[in-house]
Amino acid sequence: MTRLSSSFPTDRAALITFVTGGDPTAADTGAILDALVEGGADIIELGMPFTDPMADGPAIQAANIRSLSAGTKTADLFNIATDFRERHPTVPLVLMGYANPMTIRGADWFADACIDAGVDGVICVDIPVEEDDSLGDSLRAKDVAVIRLATPTTDAARLPDILKNASGFLYYVSVAGITGLQQAAQASIQEAVSRLKAGTDLPVAVGFGVRTPEQAADIGRVADGVVVGSAIVEIIAEHGADAPPHVKAYVKSLSDAIRSAR
Amino acid sequence: MWTESLPFAKRFAHMTKQDKLSNSFRNQPDDRGHFGQFGGRYVAETLMPLILDLEKHYRAAQADPTFAEEFDDLLEHYVGRPSPLYFAERLTDHVRKEAPEGKGAQIWFKRDELNHTGAHKINNCIGQILLAKRMGKKRIIAETGAGQHGVATATVCARFGLPCVIYMGATDIERQKPNIFRMRLLGAEVVPVTSGSATLKDAMNDALRDWVTNVHDTFYIIGTAAGPHPYPELVRDFQSVIGREAREQMLERTGRLPDMLVAAIGGGSNAIGLFHPFLDDPDVEMLGIEAAGHGLEKEHAASLAGGKPGILHGNKTYLLQDEDGQIDEAHSISAGLDYPGIGPEHSWLKESGRVRYDSVTDTEALEAFQLLCGTEGIIPALEPSHAIAAVAREAVKMDKDQIILANLCGRGDKDIFTVAEALGTEI
Repeated sequence: MTRLSSSFPTDRAALITFVTGGDPTAADTGAILDALVEGGADIIELGMPFTDPMADGPAIQAANIRSLSAGTKTADLFNIATDFRERHPTVPLVLMGYANPMTIRGADWFADACIDAGVDGVICVDIPVEEDDSLGDSLRAKDVAVIRLATPTTDAARLPDILKNASGFLYYVSVAGITGLQQAAQASIQEAVSRLKAGTDLPVAVGFGVRTPEQAADIGRVADGVVVGSAIVEIIAEHGADAPPHVKAYVKSLSDAIRSAR
Repeated sequence: MWTESLPFAKRFAHMTKQDKLSNSFRNQPDDRGHFGQFGGRYVAETLMPLILDLEKHYRAAQADPTFAEEFDDLLEHYVGRPSPLYFAERLTDHVRKEAPEGKGAQIWFKRDELNHTGAHKINNCIGQILLAKRMGKKRIIAETGAGQHGVATATVCARFGLPCVIYMGATDIERQKPNIFRMRLLGAEVVPVTSGSATLKDAMNDALRDWVTNVHDTFYIIGTAAGPHPYPELVRDFQSVIGREAREQMLERTGRLPDMLVAAIGGGSNAIGLFHPFLDDPDVEMLGIEAAGHGLEKEHAASLAGGKPGILHGNKTYLLQDEDGQIDEAHSISAGLDYPGIGPEHSWLKESGRVRYDSVTDTEALEAFQLLCGTEGIIPALEPSHAIAAVAREAVKMDKDQIILANLCGRGDKDIFTVAEALGTEI
């Protein structure tokens, strides 16, 4: 039983929250992660900042720039993760980001750093299954979960390839687009989740464009997990180092809604 | 001449079984789009089914003679191909004055600046818009640096009646104003990109964001031989008309092949277009010229000279980046070369040793720009001015009876404001 697999409750959806590491500074991130946990997040996605986040919308692009402008380095990200693991021994932590910062020192180096820092899984936006050997083999060899993305464009022919060697959970990107802008219709989410669940025993989490407790509750009724990112990142943009209480209150509103959804 | 009908598959697909088995430099990429360790398909899952579909349609087009006929016809009657092969006699004489006794190669140019829209970019745009049509796409997007690819894309969109959105860095918009107006005249919407360094790489990020949001009806016409497979391959194939023509023309005019080919490299589409048809001619040396900007020890855009392999914009290739894999901002006086990466086939050709790569600074390119104006009555774009500077440098080391051929890939009308400013002249 890994931290990730045990973090999906059976009676409700898990709340998965994303923030960009080092936003507004590496020193501030620890308190923000604590606020996510205190607000009721079940899984933490820690974004690795990148100069060219081409799958992200304006909110997370700006967070990447704030983090890098504050001087955040890859070493800081792993320090943030290591400290988080000491404070929260049971809360799963997933790194999310882009191929280049993850592979620049070699995939084995990255997998080792994940293990040393207590990172449970990795979501790499721009390594599709076709290029899995660039990173996936090294992560699996160290038992770091390789969390795959499925999208509205993923057809039935492709799905088995994506599910093969996937672990942790399956992340369903509910809209074709970038982060934070639109949300998919509930009916299409429901249809997609049942299609995905027919092909895998992995929990299916749904994200992209989820903002309100009502949306989170709706998705929580049909999926195993709800991912919220841009809306939290916008709170950090507004409050900076003073963000933790605001983040906690917002995450609690999502968590309460998900807990009463089923 | 080149329009005589070589079957399209023969001309464009260098991946016949026989080639695969032979020891050829022209058999890349492999089935996964890899050029050795470079290339590949590093895109978000949303785009993956789309680029697989693009590859399928491209393979079908390669096998369809009507695609070749339409491409050939448009290149001949709309673009104005074949472009001339020109012996630059006065430039050759000029170089020989500085050369040791018996040295100073003959300098020839492939005149792709005479194409419709003034650069080689249109060759690729014709090919890609025909593919977009085959795929039933209703909307075209593109990124542009110098604006040449944006103008070429806007041109083919007007010609085929498709709406067109061009992403262009705000910095580049400032230094390429005439091209913005051209694009708008042609009916394109030009979207200024202010993120990051507000240049070509950021325009490419925003084009990718548009594409992922509008996958169902949008075709992305990538302007250089980079991006996810099959783009580097198909852009190369469409641009290879440059090298195929040059090879035939040179044989016809001189009865021999050139001793050296030279081309400027940003992403590298004009260079790969010239080089590729010659790659298996062992006596033809090739030289790709990157932009050294203010100097290789300062700000520049020479990813092979100053970068290392990494993953960006859908492919693995040499990139300017720091030790954490964060992408550095490139600098070149030439907006078309101002990109921190390079097409993956060039990375492979560098590592295989088949092509030599060198660089030329802003200052050297400006001198070469003026030299060509004064000796040949040709105003070159700043991009090929880099190649011309290298030609002058190389020709003095070569024997008089040798031939050096450079790709004059664009004309300089768009650059006169930049050059005037650099020379401290008011227009």
